[in-house]
Amino acid sequence: MSIPPDSDYAILRAEHLGRSVKEKILVQDASFELKRGEFLAISGPSGSGKSSLLRLLNRLDEPTTGTVFVEGVDYRNLQPRDLRRKLGMVSQRPYLFPGTVADNLRFGPAQRGETLPQEAVDSLLSQVGLRGYAERNVANLSGGEAQRVSVARTLANSPLVLLLDEPTSALDDAAKLEVEATIQKVVRDQGLTCVMVTHDLAQAARLAEQALVLEAGRIVRAGPVREVLHA
Amino acid sequence: MLKLFFHTQLALGFAQAAVAALAALTVVLLARRRGIRLESETMIAMARGLVQIVAVGSVLVVLLRAPRWTSGLLLAAMVLAAGATSARRAKGMPDAFRVSAWAIAFGAGSVVALMTFLGVIDTAITSLVPVGSMLIANAMNTNSLALNRFRSDVLAHAGEIETALALGAEARNSVSPYVQASFEASLIPAIDSLRSLGIVWIPGLMAGMLLSGARPVYAAIYQFVVLAMIFAASGLTSLIGTMLVRGKVFSGAEQLLLQPGR
Repeated sequence: MSIPPDSDYAILRAEHLGRSVKEKILVQDASFELKRGEFLAISGPSGSGKSSLLRLLNRLDEPTTGTVFVEGVDYRNLQPRDLRRKLGMVSQRPYLFPGTVADNLRFGPAQRGETLPQEAVDSLLSQVGLRGYAERNVANLSGGEAQRVSVARTLANSPLVLLLDEPTSALDDAAKLEVEATIQKVVRDQGLTCVMVTHDLAQAARLAEQALVLEAGRIVRAGPVREVLHA
Repeated sequence: MLKLFFHTQLALGFAQAAVAALAALTVVLLARRRGIRLESETMIAMARGLVQIVAVGSVLVVLLRAPRWTSGLLLAAMVLAAGATSARRAKGMPDAFRVSAWAIAFGAGSVVALMTFLGVIDTAITSLVPVGSMLIANAMNTNSLALNRFRSDVLAHAGEIETALALGAEARNSVSPYVQASFEASLIPAIDSLRSLGIVWIPGLMAGMLLSGARPVYAAIYQFVVLAMIFAASGLTSLIGTMLVRGKVFSGAEQLLLQPGR
C-alpha cells in the first residue's frame, strides 16, 4: 500500500512492542506512531531500553510481543532486507567498510544489484557537506566525517524512515554540531520521517517535534517534545 | 636415563609419559605466570588422552582380528567424538555439534571413502583405521580452528555485520569476510605441514614404516600421500563447516544471534 505525500496515515506504527531476554525486560508494551515527515526523539536514562526499542523497529532484534506496521503493513510480512532498506539505520559508531567513501555509499544499492551512479554519490556527499570526498579512503576520515558518510550511506538506500541511534554521542562537540546540522538539513530537505535515540535532551529539543521518554523499558511520557522534556 | 630405573616396557612407558606430561605442565605454569589459565583444560585433556590411547592400545589386539566392516563403525564413532570435541571450541554457537559432526563426516569421510575405493588406503582394518583416524583427527583440528576463529570474528565485528544487515545485505553476505578468514586461518597448520615435510619433521608414520621394513622411498612417498589426504580432508571439512556455520549465527529473520554479552 503506498501513501500519498501529506497523508495523515501513519508511516510507522509500533503496537505493544516488547522484548525480554532471559526474563529481563528490555522493552515493554511500547506503542506509538509517526506520520510522514515527523521527527521523534526517544530519550531516557542509560539502560532504559532506548536502543533496544530502535533495534526492534528495523527488526535487528525480534520482538517478544507486539509488532510494527510500516505503511500499514505488518513488518513480519516484509522481507527483512526490504524492511531494513525502508527503515535505514545510523548507529552510534559509523562502522565504515574498508575502501573509499564511494564504495561505502554504493554498498546498500549493490545489495539489490544496483549501481549507484557517480552523480548520485556526489549529490549524497553534497547533502552531508562532504563534496569531493568520494575517492577518499575511509581510514583517513575524522570521527565527524565518518559519521556523516554513515548518514549518506544510509540515505543511498532512499529510506522511508531514518533511525538514528545516538549518532553524536561518540563525537567531540565540534563534530557533534556538524553531524547534527547534517541531520537537520537532510531531514528537512527530504521531508524524511525520523526516529532518534538520544540521551541529550537539548539535542532532542533542537531536532525533534515529538518525544517519548523510556524508563525501565516502558514509555513513561510521550507527546510534543517541549512538553515531554520539560514535564 | 629412565632405562636405568625402569626395567619393564610398561613401567618405562608410564615413566616416559610422566616426564612428557611434566614438560607440558611446565608450559602451563609459565602461561599462568603471564595470567593465562590453562591448568584445568590441559590436565583434563592430558588425562583423557592418556586413558583413551591406553584403552585403544589395549583393545588393538582384538581389533586386528575383527571383520573389515567394523572399520566403518569405528571411524563413525571417531567422527562423532571429533564432532563433540570440536563443538566445544565454538561455545555459544548454535548447533555447533551438528555442524562439526557433518563437516568432519563429509570432509574426512569422503576422502577416506574415495581413497579406499581407489586403493590408496588399504581396506585392511590395520591400515584403514589408523589412516582414517589421522584424517579425522586433523579434520577435527581444522574444524575447531575454523569455528573458533569464525566465532571470535563474528563477536568482534558484530557492529559491522549488523551495519551490513541494516543496509539491506543478505545475512550470508554480511559474514563473508569472516568465513573466508576462518577458512584460510584453519588451513595454516595443514599447509605448513606439507611445506615443511621432510625438512622440519619426519612424521611418525614414516618412521613406523621404516621400522617395519618398508623401502625408504616408498615410505617417504606414502607419507606425502597421507599428508595430501590430510590436507584434502581438512580443507573440505573447513569449507563445509564454515559454510554450514554461517547460516547458524542468524535467525530466520536475518538477525545476528551471536552477540557479545548475550
